[in-house]
Amino acid sequence: MTIDKRLNGSRGGAAIEFRIDQGSGVPTYLQLVHQVEHALRLGYLEPGDRLPTIREVVASLAINPNTVLKAYRELETKGLATARPGQGTFVSATLNQVALPELATLRRTLVAWLATAQTAGLDEDGMVALFTSVLRDFVKSPGRDRSEEIA
Amino acid sequence: MNVIDTSGLGKQYGGTWALRDCTVAIPAGSLTALVGPNGAGKTTLIQMLTGLTIPSAGTVTVLGDQRAGSAAALDGIAFVAQDAPVYKNLSAADMLHLTRNLNRFFDQQYALARLGDLGISAKKKSGKLSGGQQAQLALTLALARRPKLLILDEPLAMLDPLARHDFMAIVLTAMVDDGVSVLLSSHALPELERVADQMVLLSHGHVALAGPVEDLLACHRVLTGPAAEADSYAARLDVVLARRAEAQAQLLVRTGEPGASGASGASVAPGWRAHSVSLEELVMAYLRAPGAEVLSASFPARSARSARQEVSR
Repeated sequence: MTIDKRLNGSRGGAAIEFRIDQGSGVPTYLQLVHQVEHALRLGYLEPGDRLPTIREVVASLAINPNTVLKAYRELETKGLATARPGQGTFVSATLNQVALPELATLRRTLVAWLATAQTAGLDEDGMVALFTSVLRDFVKSPGRDRSEEIA
Repeated sequence: MNVIDTSGLGKQYGGTWALRDCTVAIPAGSLTALVGPNGAGKTTLIQMLTGLTIPSAGTVTVLGDQRAGSAAALDGIAFVAQDAPVYKNLSAADMLHLTRNLNRFFDQQYALARLGDLGISAKKKSGKLSGGQQAQLALTLALARRPKLLILDEPLAMLDPLARHDFMAIVLTAMVDDGVSVLLSSHALPELERVADQMVLLSHGHVALAGPVEDLLACHRVLTGPAAEADSYAARLDVVLARRAEAQAQLLVRTGEPGASGASGASVAPGWRAHSVSLEELVMAYLRAPGAEVLSASFPARSARSARQEVSR
């Protein structure tokens, strides 16, 4: 799956559209930050892409401008975006740790794993639970298969 | 600069205080939600800010250090009263004409452009416009005065969700374009979390909570845990509201410092979990805790003692 952001870029528009999930319990400014980070990880956003102006975000989502400002400051502090006075805020770094072809390969391997899990009888929630649990253990002590729970 | 500064502000009608001991400071560039049930004192506060009512006690200044109701204050403040106040028999063009002549400054070009954007015919009688359009017309008249402070009393009550979104988008865009500060009284709690960065919560004529929304949310948590331990645990906390079922209890607590007993659970008792709180939850909790209010004379408001009484039902 690819998103053709160039379609927007050619019209001078912003490279990303934000959305707000009111019931998520995540502060609005963090939702904006996470959406940019997510797009960076998956390669949808690249250095040089323009983020929507504060006015554009406010006009389309009807959220407080100070919230958008806070999100953009946070992205700047993290070194992911740079404000250019009079022009807007631009992506200045990437979180995409591997090249796109490798990402595609990893995606394929994961799909294969999901198919196996489904055959074995796991439903979606089961897969998420298993993946999350294994990931957490892996991050705690990489390279070792630890199945016992740490209290 | 603060757009609103009140100190010990109060208003007495007959022998009853409609608002008492109200001390708030609202910084410029913010959108402040003014929240509270009917009769809490919201309209009384707005009337004193706009100079429509003389305070019985305390002081109020606006736009830096302007006296409320002074000529300078009136020039800088636009006030849209409840239910989109437009004269139903006047056309939109007549409303513009009227407002232009009643004020020292009115940006006619801006107003006409806005009506064009909204698709409102200048010849159409205001009463024939939809509810959303009437609200937009009232907002246009207010913004065309190029105010520094925009005060809106329950502007969203009559509007459908789409009209509310569009109305708030215009208000918030004016903050970006013109640096307008906004005071918005509203019952639309779910919407406030995304539009407001400051909040003043009134209850029974008193300020129950006031400050930056982010800080207010950061220094409150909901704790869930076994009902059997709720009493003893609540005694050690600053509980705003306690709710208990057979097995599980929920305590909405004030942690004092942002992030304390956060989701990390560092300072939460074993068996208990801490959740962050939404603005709606927080407001409801403070409005539902009348016990704390009553006890506030002899005990600190929201004392553990009042919470214990709630818990033990």
